[in-house]
Amino acid sequence: MSLDVGIRRKPLPSRTILAILAAVALAAIIGFMTLGANGRWGFVLPFRGAKLASILLVAYAVGVSTVLFQTITNNRILTPSIMGFDALYILIQTVLVFALGANTVSALDPRWLFLVEVTVMVVFSAILYRWLFAAEGRSLHLLLLVGVVFGILFRSITSFLQRIIDPNEFLVLQDRMFASFNNADSDLLLVSAVLIGVASLAGWRILHTLDVLALGRDTAISLGVDHRRTVSIILVIVAVLVSVSTALVGPVTFFGLLVASLAYQLIPSHRHRLILPAAVLLGIICVVGGQIVLERIFGLDSALSIIIEFVGGLVFLSLLLKGATR
Amino acid sequence: MVLCALLIPLLGAASLFVGVSDVSLATLFGADNNRAVQVLLVSRIPRTVALVLAGAGMAVAGTIMQMLARNRFVEPSTAGTVESATLGILVVMLVTPGIPVIARAGVASAFALAGTALFLAILRRIPLRSVLLVPLVGIMLGGVISAVSTFFAYRFDMLQSLGAWTNGDFSGVLRGRYEMLWISFGLTVLAYIAAGRFTVAGMGDDFTTNIGLNYRRIVALGLVIVSMVTATVVVTVGMIPFLGLIIPNVVSMILGDNLKRSLPWVAVLGAGFVLACDIIGRLVLYPYEIPIGTVVGVIGSVFFLYLLLRKNARVA
Repeated sequence: MSLDVGIRRKPLPSRTILAILAAVALAAIIGFMTLGANGRWGFVLPFRGAKLASILLVAYAVGVSTVLFQTITNNRILTPSIMGFDALYILIQTVLVFALGANTVSALDPRWLFLVEVTVMVVFSAILYRWLFAAEGRSLHLLLLVGVVFGILFRSITSFLQRIIDPNEFLVLQDRMFASFNNADSDLLLVSAVLIGVASLAGWRILHTLDVLALGRDTAISLGVDHRRTVSIILVIVAVLVSVSTALVGPVTFFGLLVASLAYQLIPSHRHRLILPAAVLLGIICVVGGQIVLERIFGLDSALSIIIEFVGGLVFLSLLLKGATR
Repeated sequence: MVLCALLIPLLGAASLFVGVSDVSLATLFGADNNRAVQVLLVSRIPRTVALVLAGAGMAVAGTIMQMLARNRFVEPSTAGTVESATLGILVVMLVTPGIPVIARAGVASAFALAGTALFLAILRRIPLRSVLLVPLVGIMLGGVISAVSTFFAYRFDMLQSLGAWTNGDFSGVLRGRYEMLWISFGLTVLAYIAAGRFTVAGMGDDFTTNIGLNYRRIVALGLVIVSMVTATVVVTVGMIPFLGLIIPNVVSMILGDNLKRSLPWVAVLGAGFVLACDIIGRLVLYPYEIPIGTVVGVIGSVFFLYLLLRKNARVA
């Protein structure tokens, strides 16, 4: 049917595109570490290094979790953050401060607290989203809308609890919650890296089934995939990754969507071993490159997440209007 | 329904007497009643009146939006209207900070109108529009618009004021600061007069034209009413999310869609609901207050989920 096959330029092979992306990402990283540095390197490198490390972890977590989530829900428009995952994580943080009291919370080692939060998050999100996706015959639009409204609900409960918490305790929470790309929580770097590593190992073991899973539930089952179990594993991985990225830099709703849809557009393949690295590299390029452009050229220091929200929101709307959800 | 209507004067009375400062019949008619009377006149009565006006106005605005978009899940906060109004206020505050409140409301209305019209224009372009896609587009459009507002607010250090407009709060309502809401009351009455037309418009362009009415003019009138009501409410007390979603749906489950009959009930229940939520917000954390936007946000999103997920959902 398609007449324009001959006219269209033959797409670059995926590996070449990946190599180009990697080169751009590397250039951005080097630029980030060296541009405008007018102090002693002994100070600049570790200082920027911590920032860079958290950006890399977040880009990895967001890229991978979004692509995995889109695979198990079998579409290109649902992402964990649009479905309220990161709002849920912040709600859990708030509830912990609320239930234990700020004194207990600040006395705890932040790393242990983080692990507790991640565990609670994994349990809750697995139950909630299992239930949401398990029901047969729910349309994608319904899921999407329900997810968005769940996100609003979590945020409303969070702000409700924040009002009830007494102001001193709220300060504790605020310190923990308003992390941004510029003000990443570096206490958690190591433990985040370990969590991401474990989650990635689990993901690595089922990497080959992902491509099958992407064919749709029925096809995957008839090809011998234990669908229920695989989806549960992936939901857990996604929950861990989202907790990590939200704990490090706070919620960024449309970042994952932006990165994943760019990856699908650039890579002429649907194989996860190509899409996943592309999404991660694009995430790095977006944040690191965006940070350089904003800081060095426009002199805006922490507006990056706002701009990502704006562009990502437009991408989302255009996907909706193009009918990507049908 | 009638029972509910009877509850409203009670809620109104409760709203007069709930608060940190001691106002009760005993203090009002006691020997030393100056202070109590003053609190009543300057704070409690204006607050109660503002609650009733804003609640009725937003609920009616929601109903009209649902008729115009022909979709049960649409209301000013799921259609980009509120966010556009907020952007409008922000622009006014940045360009001409000294402008009187009424002009601020005017600009906010214009922005709200433009935002809502943009939303309806996008809807017209969606291929095979699905019922659930409509609020989704609206919420995301709102998100994009508020990203723009956040950016400018961030640049010009106005994030805190932005927070005040986006979360409805009646605690700042005093005599002299809420009277603009009477405009929204006037528009609510106007909506009632034109109710029959909106009912017809809810049946579609062709049907409306067939019985000899000008569809575009009705839509334009509806848009103006919705935008101005939203803008005045956002300017005076801030946004009350989901109100226009909850009340019209409850009323339409019981009474059906003839606006001439249901619109008064929408207004009455909207006022009652807002009164109740505000009293809850005042009592939960006594003597502090929880803004009504937060209370309604929780209740409203639960109700929205219920609408979406209930069994045999009548999706239309």
